Amino acid sequence: MNLDSKIPPGPLTEKWDKRRFDMKLVNPANKRKHRILVIGTGLAGSSAAASLAELGYQVDSFCFHDSPRRAHSIAAQGGINSAKNYQNDGDSVYRLFYDTVKGGDFRSREANVYRLAQVSVNIIDQCVAQGVPFAREYGGLLDNRSFGGAQVSRTFYCRGQTGQQLLLGAYQALSRQIGAGHIAMHPRTEMLDLIVIDGRARGVVTRHLTTGKIESHVGDAVVLATGGYGPVFYLSTNALNCNVTATYRAHKRGAYFANPCYTQIHPTCIPVTGDQQSKLTLMSESLRNDGRVWVSKTAGDKRPPSQIPEGERDYYLERKYPSFGNLAPRDISSRAAKQVCDEGRGAGEGGRGVYLDFADAIRDRGEAYIREKYGNLFDMYAHITNEEPYKAPMRIYPAVHYCMGGLWVDYELMSNVPGLFVLGEANFSDHGANRLGASALMQGLADGYFVAPYTLGNYIASSASGLKIVTSDRPECKQAEAEAGDRLTRLLAVKGKRSVMSFHRELGKVMWDDCGMARTEASLKQALTKIPQIREEFWRNVSVPGGADGLNQSLEQANRVSDFLEFAELLCCDALNRNESCGAHFREEYQYPDGEARRDDENYCHVSAWEHKGVGQTPELHKEALVFENVKPSVRSYK
Amino acid sequence: MNLTLHVWRQQGPHEPGGMVQYQARDIFPDMSFLEMLDVVNQGLTEKGEEPIAFDSDCREGICGSCDLMINGLAHGPEDGVATCQTYMRNFKDGDAIYVEPWRSRAFPLVKDLVVDRSAFDRIIQAGGFVSTNTGGAQDGNCLPVAKPDAEKAMDAAECIGCGACVAACKNGSAVLFTGAKVSHLALLPQGDPERSRRVRRMVEQMDAEGFGNCTNYYECEAACPKEISVEFIAKMNREYLAAVVSGKGE
Repeated sequence: MNLDSKIPPGPLTEKWDKRRFDMKLVNPANKRKHRILVIGTGLAGSSAAASLAELGYQVDSFCFHDSPRRAHSIAAQGGINSAKNYQNDGDSVYRLFYDTVKGGDFRSREANVYRLAQVSVNIIDQCVAQGVPFAREYGGLLDNRSFGGAQVSRTFYCRGQTGQQLLLGAYQALSRQIGAGHIAMHPRTEMLDLIVIDGRARGVVTRHLTTGKIESHVGDAVVLATGGYGPVFYLSTNALNCNVTATYRAHKRGAYFANPCYTQIHPTCIPVTGDQQSKLTLMSESLRNDGRVWVSKTAGDKRPPSQIPEGERDYYLERKYPSFGNLAPRDISSRAAKQVCDEGRGAGEGGRGVYLDFADAIRDRGEAYIREKYGNLFDMYAHITNEEPYKAPMRIYPAVHYCMGGLWVDYELMSNVPGLFVLGEANFSDHGANRLGASALMQGLADGYFVAPYTLGNYIASSASGLKIVTSDRPECKQAEAEAGDRLTRLLAVKGKRSVMSFHRELGKVMWDDCGMARTEASLKQALTKIPQIREEFWRNVSVPGGADGLNQSLEQANRVSDFLEFAELLCCDALNRNESCGAHFREEYQYPDGEARRDDENYCHVSAWEHKGVGQTPELHKEALVFENVKPSVRSYK
Repeated sequence: MNLTLHVWRQQGPHEPGGMVQYQARDIFPDMSFLEMLDVVNQGLTEKGEEPIAFDSDCREGICGSCDLMINGLAHGPEDGVATCQTYMRNFKDGDAIYVEPWRSRAFPLVKDLVVDRSAFDRIIQAGGFVSTNTGGAQDGNCLPVAKPDAEKAMDAAECIGCGACVAACKNGSAVLFTGAKVSHLALLPQGDPERSRRVRRMVEQMDAEGFGNCTNYYECEAACPKEISVEFIAKMNREYLAAVVSGKGE
């Protein structure tokens, strides 16, 4: 199959305007006749559902939480980028575009990224109009701060809870449409399959989590905004229930999965403590504005940090990357932390941690300054670790945070299955091999507020003849319902001895050890041998108590983990196939003598889009060549 | 440490429920309360028994999913945190701990410790928004907002919608939740045009959901994981009164 990215012709700066003008429109009276199914209510899903309903479409919105406000976008702390240049510090749409393409290590689509930078400006306006309480300066204007990978101050924020406030803005817009009767909201409803009829995505199979009812919903298009697959590593900064089920099951129905090996490991998280830990907590990257990262120069140094004199400390980020220093991008900072810990210079018990030290900032600017700026983060750290970060440096270590990979989409955010749109973290398109801080919120809202409402209308207007009315009693629906139900019955029937969580943890350990921050051909081949073994034991020895009727959280969890056990193979397969290092994908065989990632633009300047060929079968690779007409791929230097 | 748990178990909304005793063994002080329950659940699962159902998701105190009464206190003994950020270092070896769901007529029980809080969503749907469609917004800096007003709006907007205020209130009142949203939007110029209509409709919906009235016990503020101030209840009352007296927003 030929992957047509549908990038519009013409100069970069005019592509989106031109495309919008060329799109077909649906007349207002006709919009009411079309039903759109939106899965997920995070930033991308809520903003898309609300915007589509405002335009007049009938929208059905689904989330597995008890309320749409609980989606994991809510946990984003630091901020959202926008090329407003309110600070007059040299920012522009083009600079945001350039930073993002470079930050992604030249593995994203230029046209998509430029559009993202363009609409970033509208997002802030839209959110302000909704009443999002952004931080302000004394004059009443919007305040900004800096984030990793950028030398300008373009990040808008709401204390340490930017994701919460942006999500509540979108949730309120969604709620307004629910109240007005334009959106049918389905909480505690999880998507289990995609319904494809005559080659088009026409519906989803869902399970109602409190009644257990499995049913089909049909419409004219399906929008997946179901987030990333970070918990394939078990421990991550994601919420416990984040999962790959919606995108993976769509993949099994024909949607290509692109670049699954691009998984971001965030450098500033609280280190792992016990075996029973259920999640890792992020400390916002904004802390690196004032904190200095260091370890001891000596391996095996057991002294407490206060006993290590200045001359025996290695401020390794400042040493290796003098121009960006502690604000080096995430992939680079994470790898540097791993390196010093691998050398035995790590801090704390187990040696898996580095110091993030505010002593200099407190000395120079006072504790009050630090308290005002980061008070809630310091409190959170103190609360979780029972240590006092105003007195001793924080200990941090990288953790799985975000997935750049996702379902393949074209410029219109439609997958290779016509009528299946994929937004936000669930798609692959804008961040390349590494995402810069404060750009996930930007992308989720760009897709939902400003891209999908146009492109989806164009799809409907251009497919009018192909979109025959379908009902949920079609054989395709009945078959998908039966398959989804069967899988649950099989999970309940195993009646083995091990909990779902124990399998999830085992899978996560394999993924972290063999396919984590550094990967080798040997480690990936090892993972590809172990994963099918875990999966085999899972289906033979998992214990899922209770039944399929009514609320059964073990069954929900088992169903999601069963998908991770298949998807993990795809991820490793992609990592093994990509014989280069780029962004967050670091293959130890491919590095420069100084340890920096060595890209291979000659052979790997493409998107790897995988086609499902059956569980345990090798997927088929389709390549979309990446063409750089405006930014010349170069060695990414932050020195 | 080892603990004795007394947990409310109830198969469904129409089934009888009761306290069931469990032992939690080998618990570390640095584990969170929910990780302790994970350990208990893992033990139940390995024996083929149904684990205790409870809601939780982000486990960093921001999504508002988790909602347990621990020894009669909404979100447990620590101030200013949700259940998921309550650590076992608050308890000692040999303690007996009572774990119950939120209790309120407006939050019907689903199973075990899981309740239905959709009444909160319906309050927001009634008016907890600014009526602005996507597109066409003016530049974000066109309307300056005084820093103290923006900060105060943010104080109110931090609500995570967990329902602890209702659970802690002896009247089962939702005025802190509703007042926080009314205040957040009334404090900003963007929310001003609809302020009368908003407060009327949200208060009407709150009453229709069966929440109780406020008698100023302030248990809500004490239980709130975001420590949202009761001053926002007063603000809502003033907004409501102003709307009624002026006849606006009918």
